[in-house]
Formats: sequence, C-alpha cells, structure tokens
Amino acid sequence: MTHVLGIPVAVILGQLVLGLVNGAFYAMLSLGLAVIFGLMGVVNFAHGAFYTLGAFAALLGLQWFGINYWAALVLAPLAVGILGIGCERLFLRHVYKLEPLYGLLLTFGLALVVEGTLREFFGSSGRSYPVPAALQGVMNLGFMILPIYRAWVILASLFICAGTWYLIERTRLGATLRAATENAPLLQAFGVNVPLLVAMTYGGGVALAALAGVLAAPVIVVTPYMGNSLVTVVFAVVVIGGMGSIFGSVVSGLTLGIIEGFTKVIYPEASNIVVFVIMALVLILRPAGLFGKE
Amino acid sequence: MKIKILAAGLVAALAAAGPRTALAAGNEIVIGDIDDLSGTYADAQGAGGVEAIKMAIADFGGTVLGKKITFLVADHQNKPDVGASKFREWSDQNGLNMLIGGSNTGVTIAMAKVAAAKKVPLFSIGAGGASLTNEDCTAYTVHYVYDTTALANGTASTIVKSGAKTWFYLTADYAFGTQLQNAASKVVEANGGKNLGAVRAPLASADFSSFLLQAQGSGAAVLGLANAGADFSNSLKAANEFGITKTMKPAALLAFISDIHRLGLQTAQGLYLTTGWYWDLNDDTRAFAKRFFDKMKAEPTMDHAGAYSATMTYLKAVKAVGSADSDKVMAELKKTKINDMFAKGGYVRADGVMVHTMYVMQVKSPQESKYPWDYYKIMKQMSGEEAFGPITGACALAPK
Repeated sequence: MTHVLGIPVAVILGQLVLGLVNGAFYAMLSLGLAVIFGLMGVVNFAHGAFYTLGAFAALLGLQWFGINYWAALVLAPLAVGILGIGCERLFLRHVYKLEPLYGLLLTFGLALVVEGTLREFFGSSGRSYPVPAALQGVMNLGFMILPIYRAWVILASLFICAGTWYLIERTRLGATLRAATENAPLLQAFGVNVPLLVAMTYGGGVALAALAGVLAAPVIVVTPYMGNSLVTVVFAVVVIGGMGSIFGSVVSGLTLGIIEGFTKVIYPEASNIVVFVIMALVLILRPAGLFGKE
Repeated sequence: MKIKILAAGLVAALAAAGPRTALAAGNEIVIGDIDDLSGTYADAQGAGGVEAIKMAIADFGGTVLGKKITFLVADHQNKPDVGASKFREWSDQNGLNMLIGGSNTGVTIAMAKVAAAKKVPLFSIGAGGASLTNEDCTAYTVHYVYDTTALANGTASTIVKSGAKTWFYLTADYAFGTQLQNAASKVVEANGGKNLGAVRAPLASADFSSFLLQAQGSGAAVLGLANAGADFSNSLKAANEFGITKTMKPAALLAFISDIHRLGLQTAQGLYLTTGWYWDLNDDTRAFAKRFFDKMKAEPTMDHAGAYSATMTYLKAVKAVGSADSDKVMAELKKTKINDMFAKGGYVRADGVMVHTMYVMQVKSPQESKYPWDYYKIMKQMSGEEAFGPITGACALAPK
C-alpha cells in the first residue's frame, strides 16, 4: 500500500470522504444561518434545535404514523418551518429594533426550551432511525467501503445548496428578499408585505435546518443534544465563510468538513478544534470572512 | 431598582426550593440508587436496576430490624458532580444508609469519595473501573458485579489465545474506557500479543465512522471495543456498516445482554464477551428472570441481577448485626459468604471486590438460538480468583 507522511493513502481518502459527509451537514446548516442572518440580521442560535426537531419529526412520524423517509423529507421541514414562522411572529419580531444581542439571547433561550422539552419526553438516550430500503447497501470505492446512504447525503446536500443559492440569487422572489434587506421601508412602499416576507424567510431558514436533520437521522443517533453539539461548529463555519454570504457558507462548510477529516488522520486530538483555530485566523486576517463583502 | 429585582429573584428562588426534607429520625432504613437513567448506559442498569432493587426490598418484607425500608432514586446524567452532590444531599438530609451505584466509572469514583467522607456503604453495580478497588478504594466500597480486570481476563485472554494477536482499541474517552483498554492491553501482551494503538472517542459520540476507519488503517487483527452500552452497540453497528468487521475481529470488552438484544443476533453472532451472570444459567436465575421479565419486558442484565443481590446482601448484613452502623455492617459483609441466585460462594475481599464466578460467553448465531433471549453459550467458567486476579496492593486497605 502506498503511504503519504507514513499514513496509508486509503486511510487519508477514507477520512476525506467522511469529512465530505460531515461538511455536507455543515454546509446545509450554515446555509440556513447565512440566509437568516443575511436577510434578517438575526444570529439564530436556535438553528441547532430546529435541526434536532427535524430529526425527531422524522423519527416520530415513522413510529407513530408510519410516515416513510421520503415523505418525511418533505413533511418534517414543512412542519418545522411552520413552527419557525410561529416563533418569528410570536417572539422574534419584537427584537428587530433592538441590538443583535437580544435576538441571540432569545434564540438561545428557545434552543434550551426545545432541548429540555425533548429530553423530558424522550430521555437523553439516543434512538436510531432506519436507513430507507432504497439506500441500503454499500459501495466499494477501493480504498474504503462507503454505505450508499452517506453518498446520498453528499449528493442531496449539494442539490439543496445549489437550489437555495439559485432561489435567492437568480429568482424574482430572491430579488425581492434581497431588496427587503437593503431598504425595507422603500420596498413596503411598493406594496410588498415585508413582515410576511421576513417571517417566510425565517421559516425557510429553519426548514433547511430541519431538512438537514431528516438527512442526518439515519446516519447518527437521534438525541435531544444532536443539534447542540453541531451548532457551535456551524457558527464557526458561518464566521469563516463571511456572515450572510450564502456561497461562502456552502464552500466553507464543505471545505472545513474535509479539513476536519484530514486532521483526524494527522493529529486526531486536534480534530475538534481545528475549525475554531481557522476561525480565529480568519477573524484576525480577514474579519469579514473569506467571502464576506464588508 | 436593580437591588429590588435581585431581592425578588432571591425570594422566588427560596420559595422554589421548598421546605427541607426532615431528617430520618432513625425509624427507617434508607437505600438510594444513583444511576444513568436516561443516557448511554440506561439499558444496562437504569430503570431495570430500580425495579430490581424494589423487588429485593419487597422480597425482604419491606422492613428490617422493625424499621421501614425507604428507597430513593436519582439520575446522575453521567455527570460526576451531579452524582456526588446527590449522594451528599441524601446523606446529610435524608439519613441515607446505603447507596447502590449505577453505571459510569467516572461518576462512581466521585461518589466513592463521598462514601468515604460520609461513611455510607456504596455498592458499585454498573461501573466497571477496577480503580474503584485499587487507587480509588475506600473502606465502604463494595464492587459487586464485575470489573475491568475480570473483563480483560475473560474476553481478551480468550481471543488472544485463539490466535488473534494484534489489537487496536476503540476506547471510550474517560476513566472506564482507559482502564478497560489498559487491562486488556496487559492481558494481550502477557499472552504474546501486540497492541498496535488506540483511538479515543468521546462518551456518547453520535458517529463512530471516522474513529473506526482509523482502527482499520492500523491493520490489526482485533478491534477491541473498550466502551459500553449504546456506545458499544452503535460502534459495532457502524463497524458492520463500513465493512470493517470483514477484516477485523471485533472484541466486546464489555457487553450486556441488552446490547446484544438491541444489535440482534445477525450482527452480534460469534462475539465473545465476559459476564458475571446470565439469566439462563440455572433454575434460580431463570426464576428471577421470569419475575423481572413480567415487569420490565426484557430479560435482566448482570447489573439487574447484581442490584437485586446487593440489596439483599446488605439487608441481610444489617439484620445479622442488628444495626445499620456502617462499620459493623461492612465488617459483617467482609466475613460472610454470598449465596443466592447471583453468586455461589461469593465473598467481599479486603479491597472491596466481591469475588465470584465469571463466565466467558459466545453469542449464538440466529440458527443456534432456540427461544427468545437465548443468546449465549458458555465457553468458559472462571473461578472468582482467576477472573478478578490477586490483590494488587494499590489499595491501602489491602496490602499485597
């Protein structure tokens, strides 16, 4: 077997593929965060909680109503998105006028409520979600055995990210949204219902998180804490990519997943902090983030 | 203004704390159970352990020395500070007489310190770390069901003697995992094997795949799983999913029957594991298992049987000495043989180890399994002395 730096190439490639799978989740989650921050200016700390809710919605849908994976891919984000709109209308809209810190604290509180409620009802021991029949099995990449489901996660996330980018950057709806961030009163003067637009944006952003949650359910153990552990990394990803930059968050999500995978080969103990080291460097050298505009 | 708000908050907090529980006025015997009731280890002992202790108290008649037996339960959430402070609280406020300790070696080490300070006997059931009767030993600790030394002497020794000489470990990154890995490493080396390395995964990791790929990259013949509970079943499941079990032989350094049940025989078949008890050993064990199954809808693990037996053993000792005085009870415990459905001729050594027979099992294939929960065949029966080894001298109570 060939070696690089004394490490078998197969191991490196294997970790890179797994890193890409993790990166796919980082990308999907940071995408939603970037959309919400870019269009609303809210630092949505509840993002991880909505991701968890997506996974739980899929799990409970299957257990209680027999809703299969493919239906859950649509229904769970829809349900969570509606919940998100409810949260925006009830709580979040009151803090727009205040400093960003208040939005952060509010969403952080929401996350704690969601996590605590789920723990109360379902305990902290994880549950597993079965891999859908059509995506079971493995493929032999030569250097590793890759379960088909993980390959599907990478593909699905690329598709979702591209779709969101297109929606915001290339459609009329996206143009209106961007206009709302530039000058909301003017847009309202043109007869556009801006508060509705903002609520829909938040709903859409958290629906993306829920969709990532459904995709993650068969890969990892579904627990009330699954979002909590991920959201910190995802925030770092968003900061690195540039707050609010959609393209930046996707690219940095995937890249950081790969870097993390590579760190696991070279110096595993550092794999949990490498993202934050990069974040610190980016903040020092390029405070607006790699793809940020300001 | 600020002071007003602060004062209001203080009043509210005090009101929420409520009246203090009255001290037990010596007219009851209080037994506590602090365990992981909701996390990674909840199936090994958890709610089933609570039920087993209740069964023991009921079987004993609900009273001892004419005093009512009261039972307290708390979830330590795998946090040492939570376990230790609950133990201290019960000891100070509820007159706790004995504590059954649940899973998680880290939490139990913290609780053992409280046991020593408060002089309350601690029966450690679900925790595996052998340090509890070595560096961390106390005069009030009884390690009742199994420990990392016995697990390594059973499973690791059997596998390395079968010819699988090179080992790589996937280790739970806390006291228990390291102790289990070290114990297994020693046994592997002593039998002419080689340890190629280890990767440490945090407790309750969501995804073990990248750790497993590292293990595969080592080229070792054996994948030593130095973890437990849901971590064990999740990592073995992932090893199967990624085809790692095709090139490496998995070694379950600690597995409970609840884990095997969750994995299913299709995945778990052929695994070697070491256990202190099995529900289908004889008529006595089957009788207990049947009563337990009626309540919990699952066959008992060794921890469940151990929690029942430990409660009984303690109550018998209290009855024998006619007092719940901790020192008198501990002296009685260390001189009386334990004979029940859990252990035959078991005894508590000076360092606190309850020495009893251990079994090396192999998980049956789906074809070999004839009825529900018919999961194990006995490969080897180890005497208590063989399993737990000699006193190491690391515990000051028991010089070598």
